[in-house]
Amino acid sequence: MPIREKDGLKEWQRREPAKQYAIWAGWMLGGMLFVWCWALISENTIWEFLYDADEQAASLIGRMIPPDWSITGSLMMPLWDTINIATVGTALGILIAFPLAFLAARNTTPHASLRAVALAIIVSSRSINALIWAMLLVTIVGPGIFAGMLAIALRSIGFVGKLLYEAIEEIHPTPVEAITATGASGPQVLAYSVWPQILPAFAGISVYRWDINIREATTLGLVGAGGIGLQMNAAINNLAWAQVATVFVLIFATVVLSEWVSAKVRHAVL
Amino acid sequence: MLTLSGVSKRYQTSELALSDIDLTIPAGQVIALIGPSGAGKSTLIRCVNRLIEPTDGKVQLDSEDITRVRGARLRQARRQIGMIFQNYALVERLSVMENVLSGRLAYVGFWRSYFRRFPKSDIQQAFHLLRRVGLETMFDKRGDALSGGQKQRVGIARALMQNPKLLLVDEPTASLDPKTSRQIMRLICDLCREQQLAAIINIHDVVLAQQFVDRVVGLRAGRIVFDGSPQDLSPAILTSIYGEEDWEVPADNEDDDERSPPEDRVRTLTVDAHP
Amino acid sequence: MSLNGTSAADVQRLQQLQQGVWSPLPLIRRRWLRVSLNLGVLAYVIAAWLSVDVNWDRVAQGMDRGVEFVASFMSPDFVSRSGEIFVGLQESLTMTFTATIIGVLLAVPVGLGAARNIAPAPVYYICRTIIALSRTFQEIIIAILFVAMFGFGPLAGVITLAFATIGFMAKLLAEDIEDAQREPLEAIRATGGTWLQWVNYAVQPQVMPRLIGLSLYRLDINFRESAVIGIVGAGGIGATLNTSINRYDYDTSAAILLLIIAIVLLSEYFSGYVRRWTQ
Repeated sequence: MPIREKDGLKEWQRREPAKQYAIWAGWMLGGMLFVWCWALISENTIWEFLYDADEQAASLIGRMIPPDWSITGSLMMPLWDTINIATVGTALGILIAFPLAFLAARNTTPHASLRAVALAIIVSSRSINALIWAMLLVTIVGPGIFAGMLAIALRSIGFVGKLLYEAIEEIHPTPVEAITATGASGPQVLAYSVWPQILPAFAGISVYRWDINIREATTLGLVGAGGIGLQMNAAINNLAWAQVATVFVLIFATVVLSEWVSAKVRHAVL
Repeated sequence: MLTLSGVSKRYQTSELALSDIDLTIPAGQVIALIGPSGAGKSTLIRCVNRLIEPTDGKVQLDSEDITRVRGARLRQARRQIGMIFQNYALVERLSVMENVLSGRLAYVGFWRSYFRRFPKSDIQQAFHLLRRVGLETMFDKRGDALSGGQKQRVGIARALMQNPKLLLVDEPTASLDPKTSRQIMRLICDLCREQQLAAIINIHDVVLAQQFVDRVVGLRAGRIVFDGSPQDLSPAILTSIYGEEDWEVPADNEDDDERSPPEDRVRTLTVDAHP
Repeated sequence: MSLNGTSAADVQRLQQLQQGVWSPLPLIRRRWLRVSLNLGVLAYVIAAWLSVDVNWDRVAQGMDRGVEFVASFMSPDFVSRSGEIFVGLQESLTMTFTATIIGVLLAVPVGLGAARNIAPAPVYYICRTIIALSRTFQEIIIAILFVAMFGFGPLAGVITLAFATIGFMAKLLAEDIEDAQREPLEAIRATGGTWLQWVNYAVQPQVMPRLIGLSLYRLDINFRESAVIGIVGAGGIGATLNTSINRYDYDTSAAILLLIIAIVLLSEYFSGYVRRWTQ
């Protein structure tokens, strides 16, 4: 307890002086960094644009309301594409992430060097946004849903792989020991003691990622990778804000629906 | 049938966990391995089926040296050795039946076991074993729906599914209440006698061990300090195994072992207390 | 199922078991549900298969470029566009940092307002609406709107990221507060302090460690997002990356991607360290 004597009276402080100074110094540094960053940003900002920002915002919202419902029918196919991109992309990603997770988990990897490779793949996939993958893939396989699916898959590998290998590392070792002791082979040990233990985590991670992928798939069209983003991009370029609003409402509805579905599935498996 | 000669185990960081163990177990003999925590009991039985690799020495099963075998030969050796665990080590999300059938894994191929297509004879054997341990109606229950004693019975059935020659039993009663502990010990020992199985049972509870086994081996700090019949366990010998303690006085006021109730303690350590 | 768990179906399974016939219980015991779910999945796969048409010729043509892209990771070019890369990364990092701080600061009141156990009903619904809006729309969509309102440049990016941070942090913070232990909350309230004192002494200590951990996690996410929103003109490294990809200048793209990966790794390492230190 940091208590010190001052003028014959005992004085209580929350922390030891040295620690207190360190914390103050930390706050100071953080504050200075923030001010510096802010200065840099304001340097690169054309503040004149901001004078009428409130008018811009008001007119933007004014033009969005009411949404242009007449295009709803023509948006159904792109929406279906979006859902396909997310679903097929997630499935592909899981397919690749699954073996990768076993290679990356400390307790199931066959060799340390394989583990390093698997971890490198997982980190690269995770650090790069699906939209960047999509931009790349559009230049490689051409615009369209296929690029979108691959982009979603590439991004999902890292996410699913990381969470899954962490789940594998957290299993109870005793059932593994028990199945090994029966004389079971390596694959049998995986199938009978590791897999049942990670099944709930696997299902949870998969639907969670699917849920995220639905959201991400709505934007891939901005770079030409298919889905409802294409229509959104076109509407924005035409400054047809009422149509943009319709797209927003549809995206919102789809996301709410996908959240409901994934909550259901998670509930059923756990 | 099982012969350990000069078996030692040194973990990377610490001193010898097992040093120079010589032990021979004839077919059908049930022995209790007693000793304080950290004496090396768990390490010893895991060295037998090579869940832990012994640093030195030789393990022979039916005159086959299994100390250095690998791959299929190791699995072949392991399936002759059933193992029962302190924390049951069931795969909790699998059903009772799947847990029992997992004892046959070394007898069937991967895909067969993956699709749960076990031979009819295996399924019938599993049923008989489940009936023997009194759980035949629970076969569809999931492992985590069972009580501790039931889980241990499933663990026993799984070990016996291997048609082993030898059972390794690691603290089978340490997580159970006194009554269930006795039932489980009796079940294990009865089954060993019925099927002429040898067994090594690690156990803390000396009284319980004395009542059920043919032979007691005392382990202290990785060395065998006693090997004889249960009747020969005198207070002096217990002191040599566990350290100083007034072994004659029933410890009813100073309870450092909550698992055994007083009435078990009163009939303590004397030959005439045997049933 | 009856109380002791033996129905006619169970008895039948037991009898079959005696005969040596056994297969595991299906995950879904209701037959019609199982069958219709399987059929539904099958129908979906077929429908998806039919509606996705892949132009395999175009894919085959692109393969060379794919190989080129992968190969460029072996020879990343940090030099020829080093100026743009440096400015872009600096902008991304400053945007990330400012936006995370502003976002977290604003997320605290919204999170308090969205916690059912401490907020009055109207406040609760307003805060929940903000959270739902911010979470539904991807950063890039929000960025488009803010660029339209505030013009091109990093300011729109900062506002975008801050807005997204509010939704993310406030939701988790609210859940945390809702899960907080009730006894300390009541004990501190019983001392008769003001509402702010109550938040400071009863709520804050319970949620602070997780709040710090989540902020660092969000810092990480914001950095990754800052690499994207440049595509629509909201500042950061995204614009440079976009240009390099469109010019098929894969060596520069690879250099930028490697830098992003390295920074994400660094920040993960750093946040792991801080999290250990704060707990």
